[in-house]
Amino acid sequence: MKQKGPNSTSRNPCLPRCPTGIQGLDEITGGGLPRGRPTLVCGGAGCGKTLLAAEFLVHGAVEFDEPGVFMSFEESEAELTANVASLGFDLAGLVKRKKIVLDYVHIEPSEIQESGEYDLEGLFVRLNHAIDSIGAKRIVLDTLEALFAGLRNEAILRAELRRLFRWIKTKGVTAVITAERGREQLTRNGLEEYVSDCVILLDHRVVDQIATRKLRVIKYRGALHGTNEFPFLIGNTGISVLPITSLGLNHKMSNERIGTGVPRLDAMLGGRGFFRGSSVLLTGTPGTGKTIVAANIASAACKRGERALFFSFEESPSQIIRNMHSIGLDLEPLVKQGLLRFHSARPSLYGLEMHLATMFKEIALFQPQVVVVDPVTSLMDSGTPSECRAMVTRLVDYLKAGHVTTIFTSLTQGGHALQQSEASMSSLMDSWLLLQDFEGNGERNRVLYVLKARGMAHSNQVREFLISKNGVDLVDAYIGASGVLTGSARAAQEALEKATTLASLQEAARRKRELGRKREVLERQINGLRSDYETEALELRRIDQQVGTRTIVLSTEMAASGRLRQADAKINVGMGDKPKILNGRP
Amino acid sequence: MTRHSKIWQLLLYVIDQTPRSQAALLNLKRACETHLKGRYRIKVIDLEKHPQLAKGAQILAIPTVVRRLPSPVRTIIGNLSDTERLIVGLDLRVSR
Repeated sequence: MKQKGPNSTSRNPCLPRCPTGIQGLDEITGGGLPRGRPTLVCGGAGCGKTLLAAEFLVHGAVEFDEPGVFMSFEESEAELTANVASLGFDLAGLVKRKKIVLDYVHIEPSEIQESGEYDLEGLFVRLNHAIDSIGAKRIVLDTLEALFAGLRNEAILRAELRRLFRWIKTKGVTAVITAERGREQLTRNGLEEYVSDCVILLDHRVVDQIATRKLRVIKYRGALHGTNEFPFLIGNTGISVLPITSLGLNHKMSNERIGTGVPRLDAMLGGRGFFRGSSVLLTGTPGTGKTIVAANIASAACKRGERALFFSFEESPSQIIRNMHSIGLDLEPLVKQGLLRFHSARPSLYGLEMHLATMFKEIALFQPQVVVVDPVTSLMDSGTPSECRAMVTRLVDYLKAGHVTTIFTSLTQGGHALQQSEASMSSLMDSWLLLQDFEGNGERNRVLYVLKARGMAHSNQVREFLISKNGVDLVDAYIGASGVLTGSARAAQEALEKATTLASLQEAARRKRELGRKREVLERQINGLRSDYETEALELRRIDQQVGTRTIVLSTEMAASGRLRQADAKINVGMGDKPKILNGRP
Repeated sequence: MTRHSKIWQLLLYVIDQTPRSQAALLNLKRACETHLKGRYRIKVIDLEKHPQLAKGAQILAIPTVVRRLPSPVRTIIGNLSDTERLIVGLDLRVSR
């Protein structure tokens, strides 16, 4: 078979792809439908078969320069044009520019009589002529099953259909054939028998009153493809499939950090806040200040001159603005400057996919650097847990790819299941802040932890989270034997510690004074002793002198008395003249 | 009846001179000779030469006979080997 088309986005050289241009479908199928082969799209009534086929053709004509032929067996050209116009496809214009040929095959069983053998060569000629007239690369047959109603000879019909599909292959055009879903088999008339290259099943089911469209690639010969069911939706720009598992984990992440608007919180996150483009989960029980933290981050972004988009599923924009005003956060000027935008919607307004699509649209329109989803748990009611997780994954991936920092707030019920219940979602998140309140001493106090922060040295401490009219602040909470102390208990603890410190200071001063006094006493004693000593020493000297004088006087007196008694001259000379000496200086 | 006095216009759509289309032409001529002698005109259109005509005439099967006149338009597909069906389909019996 001849392979055509310059826009074939093939991964496998053996099997070129034909991109559908339908958001998400090309991701699932690894690039598109098998080029040059027929693809069967089957599904029940109203599940979007015709639309998918039309979109395949329109995208081909507009984006990939591949003209197409739409052969309709059910709707007339005018009906078809009108139907797809509501999705913004200008079929009439494309027909005028010879990009698309519409051919309505009208079969009215009551007007046709059969007599003898025939073949469907007429259909072949029509199709061939249409293809050749614009050089079509794509064709749509919607839906061939009308032939079964119009023609009675099923044997001929089946043989001709087999021939038709073979002919399509030799023609080298990529074909989409739609068929009604059958009871026992994929299609009512067993068309899957003839189309063996690629089969896509569309489904539209209602669970809990919420309708969800699903798409599944049942078969894709010679290629790996996502076999899961993927939700898809028909928005006002056509079909978008929301593949989750097909997304690769290959985002290029930034090293840039962005502040949270709360300096102490930045400090807890390695001093510089979150990484740009990371996803942040804020969990907390009711009234712990999730929205406040989120609003702070958003307003901090706006103050840096970035754009922030705030998806609110619980409060109206004016309510948020009013509430934030009460804590000193004035968001209104930011809204007026066009830096901050709110998008409020009730979670039950529509299904999960529609929410996601709306969010994608808003994000694409506003191009924000920071997105807040408050709270993401509200959306969880719109689908099953696995669907919700898939949706969040999709959203996170989409935003990460665009380097958008995302803050998800998540409302949890109190108790210990707090971390458990969020575990499934938290694995998608880069950072996880936990807001909690502690009850005790007749009051409730908020605390904040950083449970996880990938790629940064973050604080492992609990901080008390204070909300006042001047904004929010974080202060150290006391952690002691009796647990975490917050609020007045923390204040009491603070006072207690202050008192203890003061007491020990005073004690030290007192001891110092006492020591000084002791030294004074000691010095005084030393001085006393010294003066005693000096006194004694003086006394001793005087005694010495007295003794000397007396000896002289005595000897003089003795000598005098000796003279009187005519004694030998030599005996006791100095003792005799004592009275003399007493009156005069020695 | 005025309707029957008019000339019948029959279009036979074929593709190439296949045995089937030749058989169809023969069968058609035979039926017309029997029932509409001198009051019919058969035009054979080869879609191989004029493929653009297929769309307007809503041709699907080959061969196809279209009774353009008298109105209403009637369509018969096949090689017309089933004469009874051909007569019913073209509503030839009334014109006898």
